[in-house]
Amino acid sequence: MVLGTYKEIVSARATDKQIQKVAQDGGIVTGLLAFALEEKIIEGAVVAGPSEKFWKPEPMVAMSADEIIAAAGTKYTFSPNVMMLKKAVRQYGIEKLGTVAIPCQTMGIRKMQSYPFGVRFLADKIKLLIGIYCMENFPYASLETFISEKMGVSMEMVEKMDIGKGKFWVHTQDEVLSIPLKETHGYEQSGCNICLDYVAELGDLSTGSVGSPDGWSTVITRTDGGDSIFKQAVEAGAFETKDIANVKPGLDLLQKLSAQKKEKNQKTIDKRKEMGLPVPF
Amino acid sequence: MSLINRIKKFFGMEAKPDIEAEPDAAKSAEGASEQEVEKVAEEKAKPRIGYIHLSGCTGDVMSLSENYDILAELLTNMVDIVYGQTLADVWWDDENPMPEMDLALVEGSVCLQDEHSLKELMEVRKRAAMVCAFGSCSATGCFTRYSRGGQQAQPAHESFVPIADLVKVDCAIPGCPPSPEIIAKTVVALINGDMDYLQPMIDLAGMTEACGCDLQLKVVNHALCIGCGTCVMACQTRALDMTNGRPELNSDRCVKCGVCYVQCPRSWWPDEQVKKDLGL
Ligand SMILES: Cc1cc2nc3c(=O)[nH]c(=O)nc-3n(C[C@H](O)[C@H](O)[C@H](O)COP(=O)(O)OP(=O)(O)OC[C@H]3O[C@@H](n4cnc5c(N)ncnc54)[C@H](O)[C@@H]3O)c2cc1C
Ligand code: SF4
Ligand code: SF4
Ligand code: SF4
Repeated sequence: MVLGTYKEIVSARATDKQIQKVAQDGGIVTGLLAFALEEKIIEGAVVAGPSEKFWKPEPMVAMSADEIIAAAGTKYTFSPNVMMLKKAVRQYGIEKLGTVAIPCQTMGIRKMQSYPFGVRFLADKIKLLIGIYCMENFPYASLETFISEKMGVSMEMVEKMDIGKGKFWVHTQDEVLSIPLKETHGYEQSGCNICLDYVAELGDLSTGSVGSPDGWSTVITRTDGGDSIFKQAVEAGAFETKDIANVKPGLDLLQKLSAQKKEKNQKTIDKRKEMGLPVPF
Repeated sequence: MSLINRIKKFFGMEAKPDIEAEPDAAKSAEGASEQEVEKVAEEKAKPRIGYIHLSGCTGDVMSLSENYDILAELLTNMVDIVYGQTLADVWWDDENPMPEMDLALVEGSVCLQDEHSLKELMEVRKRAAMVCAFGSCSATGCFTRYSRGGQQAQPAHESFVPIADLVKVDCAIPGCPPSPEIIAKTVVALINGDMDYLQPMIDLAGMTEACGCDLQLKVVNHALCIGCGTCVMACQTRALDMTNGRPELNSDRCVKCGVCYVQCPRSWWPDEQVKKDLGL
């Protein structure tokens, strides 16, 4: 079960032109949170919003579609979204909450829901947890190293960052630059090296770019709730979908990358255990 | 075997036959099928729960009572509260022996200079099949870790320890206070003998020293932190914030409840339970 337990996998993208323009891939996260907000399935969502520093996200509680859209796009550094969940419920008074999370963040949320030791009246208010695939994450200073030092571009010039086809890409207004992923190795956060989850196996549904063509996303529905919200959104015309069997590179690549991540990181786990270091899995 | 005896057996405790329940059940079930005997025995086996209040603030039992939806059902049909001041108005002294309990929820730490507390804790350990450190004061010492005496009217009352420093503790529910949900989930798991769910509580009985700095020592220092922010969400005193994707402790606010580390996905990870709860 290299992709976790799931109900369905499709290739999809948001139909909204405004979302297409700002989204990282198919705009699944932004489109679905906006849809859920409009349908009152959620009253607000925790997303990785902008901060004063370019490309350094800050978790924020979005209460409108505009705020959700303002947070679109991948930031390849920490956005501790989980810390905002309690604030969203306590300070913003949200009873039905949505959020987006990379795999390790879904683990913090799901563990809290199963074992809410000190966290009261929050577990059942999370109505939609969208997981995004994640191979690894970087400290902000690592991003500065790639972009300012290696590529010679200042952070504020960057319009989009992306990882794909073996490279770390940066788009500015007039050029597209890249460095080989090999040059990023050793700059990832060390906690990622024991992570066994690539495709956010604990999300209500999860999405990422791998498997689908540019501008499209690969969507995996998992829980009953996640499956039904996504189907509702497709039916309402918020997304167009394609059978994953008919798109390139398709599931083979996704499965391959997921298996590679698990295998490589399992080795790190074994090595750390040999050294007598603690590993929770 | 009654439910509670089954649970005791799981805990590796002596599974004494439930002398009250079983002969009765057998008698009334003469000529009946074995399933019916089993059923009567099960119905008889309402766990007898005691609530013991040592150096705590009553917040833990208040939190229990915040399970509004299920509280009436819990207290009337699922458990018998057989001991405790706040919940049952039963108090133990030389004339009135402490009743036998299947589970004793002990709130608060123990003051080593308070003879009565020490005596009561020892008595609880004798009378209860299972002792649960209920809330962080009982489990980790929590803010009573800062006590140092010198106050009227008992200036010598200065030393407070988690109950596991003095008696064997079978399980712990840390939290300052523990959430209403975790209390309900634990009690229900106990009634159902769901040992898989209870395993973390059993393991946590060994965690008597806690501090927000555990995150640095046991997570960040061990290359485990992934900057998720769960610890910050969990902290009940806002002693934590995230700085450059790592937890930063304001130790002046920390009450040493241990919840941040307990809730961190990189301290322990309940894979099967999470998947079961999600239907995955
Ligand atoms: C660190 C990281 C690594 C990734 N690695 C891969 C990969 O290896 N393979 C792959 O297929 N996909 C990966 N992704 C996912 C991918 O980049 C897109 O986020 C995903 O496809 C969603 O696209 P979208 O168009 O649906 O989202 P959009 O509509 O653009 O919305 C993206 C959402 O993600 C949130 N977000 C952005 N950055 C972060 C962050 N750092 N932490 C938490 N939330 C954030 C935003 O708030 C926004 O709500 C990664 C994402 C991150 C953050
Ligand atoms: S690789 Fe794993 S641990 Fe690292 S950021 Fe991604 S999900 Fe988290
Ligand atoms: S909960 Fe654990 S992994 Fe997450 S930020 Fe805190 S210390 Fe790091
Ligand atoms: S930092 Fe907060 S959660 Fe952690 S031990 Fe201190 S008070 Fe408790």
